[in-house]
Amino acid sequence: MARTDLFQAPDYYLVDDLLTDEQKLIRDSVRAWVKKEVSPIIEEACQTATFPKHLIKGLASVGAFGPYIPTEYGGAGLDQISYGLIMQELERGDSGIRSTASVQSSLVMYPIFTYGSEEQKRKYLPKLAAGEMMGCFGLTEPDHGSNPNGMITNFKDAGDHVILNGAKMWISNAPFADIAVVWAKNEHGVIHGLVVERGMEGFTTPETHGKWSLRASATGELVFDNVKVPKENIFPNVKGLKGPLGCLNSARYGISWGVIGAAMDCYDAALRYSKQRIQFGKPIGAFQLQQKKLAEMITEITKAQLLSWRLGVLKNEHRATPQQISMAKRNNVNMALEITRNARQMLGGMGITGEYPIMRHMMNLESVVTYEGTHDIHLLITGMDVTGFNAFE
Amino acid sequence: MKILVCISKVPDTTTKISFVDNDTKFNEDKVQFIVNPYDEWYALVRALELTEKQGGTITIINVGPADNDQIIRKALAIGANDSVRIDGNSNESFYVASQIAEYAKTQGYDIVMTGKETIDYNGAEVGGMIAELMGVPYVSHASTLDVDGGKATMKRNIEGGYETVEVTGTFVVSCQKGMAEARIPNMRGIMAARTKPLTIVAPVNVAQLTSIKVFTLPPAKAAVKLISPDNVAELVNLLHTEAKVI
Repeated sequence: MARTDLFQAPDYYLVDDLLTDEQKLIRDSVRAWVKKEVSPIIEEACQTATFPKHLIKGLASVGAFGPYIPTEYGGAGLDQISYGLIMQELERGDSGIRSTASVQSSLVMYPIFTYGSEEQKRKYLPKLAAGEMMGCFGLTEPDHGSNPNGMITNFKDAGDHVILNGAKMWISNAPFADIAVVWAKNEHGVIHGLVVERGMEGFTTPETHGKWSLRASATGELVFDNVKVPKENIFPNVKGLKGPLGCLNSARYGISWGVIGAAMDCYDAALRYSKQRIQFGKPIGAFQLQQKKLAEMITEITKAQLLSWRLGVLKNEHRATPQQISMAKRNNVNMALEITRNARQMLGGMGITGEYPIMRHMMNLESVVTYEGTHDIHLLITGMDVTGFNAFE
Repeated sequence: MKILVCISKVPDTTTKISFVDNDTKFNEDKVQFIVNPYDEWYALVRALELTEKQGGTITIINVGPADNDQIIRKALAIGANDSVRIDGNSNESFYVASQIAEYAKTQGYDIVMTGKETIDYNGAEVGGMIAELMGVPYVSHASTLDVDGGKATMKRNIEGGYETVEVTGTFVVSCQKGMAEARIPNMRGIMAARTKPLTIVAPVNVAQLTSIKVFTLPPAKAAVKLISPDNVAELVNLLHTEAKVI
């Protein structure tokens, strides 16, 4: 039996005053949808490692797929802060559900919209926005994670089509995706993006089993064995690593908001528990060590909210740099992970059970701190930005 | 079918209630406001169900200042067609009902719907007053509403059971639990709400018949007293003299 979702969002610095009425309405609607549709089923979905596919229609209806894509292509034409708030609320439910929406929006719809031909946009975007078609994104390879430039997946010109070979790994949505946005090198070693459709001969998506993290999200590989891809499926408007990195900037920005949701959920659960759990004759929230944890949690959540909000304003003004996005992604994911660990401690043994969302969030965030640029890589991006020295290689 | 749904702006159900100005005014600082749940979940959603099935339009009406536009937009996002805000500023039932009745009587609505009460002042008066001022029938506390041609049938919750009421012609109904299931605004609805009409109407002059003198919070919960199991006499004594329940 699922527990009633008692979540109440903290807003210590009245950040709501910085939001428009429409942004708040969007946020509150997604929050209500998560309480109604995600909270009751998410624990079992994670315990059984099942992606709750029935949520796709609802995700589309609340605007989780490509909210900032213009309406003429089926998106909602919203601003970046609205996108962030949607991610926050989805991840308050579960990082796996947010991941599905992040991938669809920022790693599939964003590149098709930004780099695709008009025909590609018309063909794919409306269906992706409606959830009638699901997508995934292939950049990482078994031997190339933090160093995507070393990728070996490649395609060769064969007249009106290309022949694609290689493999991608750790791909969210892969097992059920209808299309994959794949980054591969041509004969000259230049990276291009192309859309591979399920059903193309030689294209398979084996599922990755045994994960202890993002268990409600389906992860898999993309395997290309002499796949014939029509040339019209290649993005005409981008080449080189800046293509996939542009997508990652959009996704990382969304993650910086998303993890605030996971942190809020854990803080909220721990705060409530601290007022109810009696030890030594009083609620544990009355003890200094517990107050230290809670006070630091709400401080960090508040700082993260302001960081992401400001980044959202900069994104809306097209002034946000990839380095600024790295800072927010790195800071906020780490903030959320620390909060889940402290909240887990506050709940003692109860913290490890599925009665509370905390351990699920904690395990999810182990993926989030790794994907879309690891914690360490983002640090090096900031380091290079402020010193001018490249410490990657 | 032309339906008018009256909505009120109320504090969120998790609000910590406090007062200012010597306990004569509700403290709105840091309060989140929502559409009164009885108006939104039951009246508005049932109105949508009826018009979706039988055709028609739904107008939202609210009496209040420009701050209230946010809750009106939410009602439009859920699916109402257009909206009116009477630019008055009072929570007094007679004032609110007079403004709504004055507007509604010239517009030819088939049904005027309200929630059974607001969750802030709990007056449960506005619906009845609108009906009286419009000179039309009033059905209160309805938990179902069906419309067939010019005839409407409603089930009313009464002490220990139900009664079924039939009305023909224009009427006012106050709605409660059971009438519909709450709906969450979807993105299409939120986007559509941007361009749906919101007409601002100047209020008519209405005398304020009542005014609130002071608010008083209920006494804080006292600590639990534990009585030893062998001291039954003391327990009985306290139940009699302190709790006054026996």
